[in-house]
Amino acid sequence: MGNKTALYATHQAMGGKLVDFGGWDMPLHYGSQIEEHHKVRQHAGMFDVSHMTVVDVTGKDAKAYLQYLLANDVAKLDSVFGKALYSGMLNPEGGVIDDLIVYNLGDWYRVVVNCSTREKDLAWMNKIAANYTVTLTERAELAMIAVQGPQAIAITKSLVGSDKAGIIDQLKIFQGLPAGDWFIGRTGYTGEDGLEIMLPNEQAAGLWNALANAGVAPSGLGARDTLRLEAGMNLYGHEMNESVSPLVANMGWTIAWQPAERDFIGRAALEKQKAEGQLHKLVGLVLRERGVLRAEQIVSVEGSDEKGVITSGTFSPSLGYSIALARVPVAIGSHCQVEMRGKQIIVDVVAPNFVRNGKALI
Amino acid sequence: MSDIRKELKYLSSHEWARVEEDGTVTIGITDHAQDALGDVVYVETPEVGSRVAVGEEAGVVESVKAASDIYTLVSGEVIAVNEALQDAPETVNSSPYDDGWFFRVKPDDLSELDEALDAEDYRDLLESEE
Repeated sequence: MGNKTALYATHQAMGGKLVDFGGWDMPLHYGSQIEEHHKVRQHAGMFDVSHMTVVDVTGKDAKAYLQYLLANDVAKLDSVFGKALYSGMLNPEGGVIDDLIVYNLGDWYRVVVNCSTREKDLAWMNKIAANYTVTLTERAELAMIAVQGPQAIAITKSLVGSDKAGIIDQLKIFQGLPAGDWFIGRTGYTGEDGLEIMLPNEQAAGLWNALANAGVAPSGLGARDTLRLEAGMNLYGHEMNESVSPLVANMGWTIAWQPAERDFIGRAALEKQKAEGQLHKLVGLVLRERGVLRAEQIVSVEGSDEKGVITSGTFSPSLGYSIALARVPVAIGSHCQVEMRGKQIIVDVVAPNFVRNGKALI
Repeated sequence: MSDIRKELKYLSSHEWARVEEDGTVTIGITDHAQDALGDVVYVETPEVGSRVAVGEEAGVVESVKAASDIYTLVSGEVIAVNEALQDAPETVNSSPYDDGWFFRVKPDDLSELDEALDAEDYRDLLESEE
């Protein structure tokens, strides 16, 4: 049996199909992942993301520590309390140990990392922390519910009381603020507006049930994956890992090269890679005919003997055909070939971003 | 527990067969199979007039999650396919044994079905896989 979130019994009661995910028993869907997907794009859905790891970084060196630990620069957050930053945490070779979100909370920071990488992340963060005056505190007593979709914020506000609703009103996109013993972020992993709410475990089922009664669709990992893929968002272990550079995972924008005097783990390796030039890049693929692109299928590119690979592929419920992210030789043009079930199929190459805020981008 | 129909024959790869009154045989995938696949998005059936054979791939079903080959329980000529699945593949999820059938075969030798699992064998198989 795996780890269970505070909502485990609630998922069971609501008919969730529970599967192992990174050592946690999590809902894959509650009947139809496609219906859940559409609810998020058109109305509102919610996800139990309590399995993600929340770590608070406190102490007088908190900022200096994160500036060295992360490829993006937390100094960018200085002017706005609660502002969030997406970053890779790299190894010295420039590979990605994990991707994460960090919130600036004045003299401390809140970091949210993936569940499947929890142990190695904490080991690495603690190892680097040994040289700084910082304290890392895992917040396992917090559950996390992501409420996503065009109606997500309005519905949530109607349920949480005027104090919390007032705080939600203040939130800019990619900002999170404390709200009593909750923490509410205007963040997500679906390409829709919405909130990620951290709250004490014992309050999680109450909020979940209230949201469900207000018409927010309980949604599982299946819909979460098709939504994030349509939004062109990376999934750790697929688009990047410890042997894949952020430069070939469409994460160049998350590397803060300036100021040049800021050293961060992986910087030297990335500068060398940048100087030498990239051999691969991450692109989007589209198959408008029947069939579904799948992870690990091999991509052939005209003018290059080197092969590429699909890192994530799925049927896109919003578009009605298959889409994928693929790591391919930089020589790729507007088309390429994918080996699908023994046949070479020609597919279109697009920017790795397919659907945002309910609208097709391709 | 998934639905298992007493009157049908089964393969360990989770297809079912029903002998119709005219002696033809209808093939589909089981309730267990559709549940394991999740939302079905494409179904590829053999062409009417083509031949299918036991042990050879006769079609493909693709869900959001995975692709799976479809096998027949009897060899013979394909006399009908379920065209409705092209526009409504989700019918496989909602009605795997009725509206969600895949194709119909005029069998060369109906006794091939003796090799298939009956409902009780199939139930035992599912329980052993749990």
